[in-house]
Amino acid sequence: MRKQAFAPAAAAAVLYLGLAWLRQAGFIGIYWGQIMDLALITTIQAVGLSLIYGFAGQFSLGHAAFYGLGAYVAAFVTRAFGGNTLTFALALAAGAATAGLVALLIGLPILRLRSDYLGIATLGFGIIVKVLLDNADKLSPVLGGARGMAGIPRLTTFHWVFWLAVLSVWLARNLVRSSHGRSCIAVREDEVAADIMGLDTTQFKTLAFVVGCAMAGLAGGLYAHLYSFLHPSSFDFLKSFDVLLVVVLGGLGSLTGTVVTAIGWVFLLEALRGVLGQQFLDWRGVVYALVLIVLMILRPQGLMGGREISLDGVLGRAAARGGAGRGAA
Amino acid sequence: MEHLLEQTLNGLQLGFVYALIAVGYTMVYGIIKLINFAHGDVFMVGAFLAYFGFTSWGLPWPVAVLVSMAGCAVLGVGIERLAYRPLRARGAPRIAALITAIGVSLFIEYFTSLNFVFGSDYRNVPRVLPDRRWELGGITVTNVQLLVLVTVLVLVASLQFVVYRTRVGKAMRAVAQDTDAARLMGIDVDRIIACTFALGSALAAAAGALFAVAYPQIHPFMGIMPGLKAFTAAVLGGIGSIPGALLGALVMGQVEVLTAAYVTTDFRDAIAFALLILVLLLRPTGLLGKTAPEKV
Repeated sequence: MRKQAFAPAAAAAVLYLGLAWLRQAGFIGIYWGQIMDLALITTIQAVGLSLIYGFAGQFSLGHAAFYGLGAYVAAFVTRAFGGNTLTFALALAAGAATAGLVALLIGLPILRLRSDYLGIATLGFGIIVKVLLDNADKLSPVLGGARGMAGIPRLTTFHWVFWLAVLSVWLARNLVRSSHGRSCIAVREDEVAADIMGLDTTQFKTLAFVVGCAMAGLAGGLYAHLYSFLHPSSFDFLKSFDVLLVVVLGGLGSLTGTVVTAIGWVFLLEALRGVLGQQFLDWRGVVYALVLIVLMILRPQGLMGGREISLDGVLGRAAARGGAGRGAA
Repeated sequence: MEHLLEQTLNGLQLGFVYALIAVGYTMVYGIIKLINFAHGDVFMVGAFLAYFGFTSWGLPWPVAVLVSMAGCAVLGVGIERLAYRPLRARGAPRIAALITAIGVSLFIEYFTSLNFVFGSDYRNVPRVLPDRRWELGGITVTNVQLLVLVTVLVLVASLQFVVYRTRVGKAMRAVAQDTDAARLMGIDVDRIIACTFALGSALAAAAGALFAVAYPQIHPFMGIMPGLKAFTAAVLGGIGSIPGALLGALVMGQVEVLTAAYVTTDFRDAIAFALLILVLLLRPTGLLGKTAPEKV
């Protein structure tokens, strides 16, 4: 292991042991444990969209569709082959692969569209997938259609979500720093210039889209096996906005911003439940929307504005600067 | 054959309502390049205000609609003033404005769902017109359909008049074409943007009121789907172009109603959006959109 990879790996291991111990010893109860798992699943999903939009500059409003595809495919696999560690791993892989494959098929034609037009096309794709999920019981009664899919084995544990989240962030970081990643950033900054410089822009846009959507599919598989019940309404276009909010609030082109915001956002919503109590169900949407508007007006460039937090920076050395702060579109 | 004609008429009715919402989207987009996601919710507020005007305040229906249009014009200007203008003043990236628009949309939906505002129940709109229908060459035409068609035609004609025959309209077109040049020529850009929001929101309110007559059930989340479809219609026709928005809305209405009648209601939305993606692939700027040359 090279030296610069050692510190983050050690930090992840320490964090893992610490959190696992807190949960084992009962300091983090079942309820907050589940919120933590959900926050990590959201992180995986958001890191995927961060690659697509934050780094490659492709405005996608259909992220929840790939999340849903991954969830349903993974759940279908464990329902069909039984729930054990091996089938669970296979199910997650199948969910991620399906989402990635569909992203490749839909991405090749529609990634030719620019900015808002791409957003609307992916939004339309998201609605098509939602309609298909609503009618999925015609394909196989197990999928449940509009009634939802029940009886999925509860296989998602803290160990799975933690290490898969670490893996996703690590993959994304390496991709972003590779020459492919720098090409993606070039496409984001100026697609015409990147094209003229001889980059195959379609290739890099598709690469980011497929990898990002596969991560959404992986997150979907984890989600399905965390709650053991799936409903098409969990994957409508409003859910795509949720992820987009996290990525933009975190700061486009900042992976650590995405991670911190994803976790913070999930916990903020739970904190609202605590503060608002019984009134929560009525007021949650209002407060959520207000927080969003105020945050956006105060910090339109996102919380991190394209900068990264690094271990070096935290330890007092010069903070590393990530990609440029200005996002696309 | 008669059935097909009747369905076409139904599609026309729906398409005309979409058209009223779509022109608001397209005008705002044409000027500040913002997908104003809150527009569908202004449509919803319009339906509610007309409903309350008619039932609680006892206004005659046409007056209730006018009150609702005025109320929503104020609402539209308020949204622009409080949420979008601060961002514009700071030169924030376009995505920040889009996220704020989503926030405003969610705020209106959840705020109006609160019990002391509109409440989250579905409300049935009482009959505004006596039930009349005529047989014309074998097809049935209802007075509601005529009301929708005539109102929309009158409103769109007035909009054409405002945009092409008045000073404000001329200023709007100038700002849409080149904001900086318009500002240099002495046009108060912020005021023109506010006018655009007022105009678009009033039309959305009228659309909401007509929608409530034609499909008489209202609730705080009713604006999402029509808003989305109207925006899609505007993109389909070529965003920024008013004739494009009308054409796109008519196509969208027909596709939706004909799919529901002849294929399946389950896949109605899916087919409408699949059509959109196909059209965008063939004509990336929409049916009537201009292809801008790539600037390097």
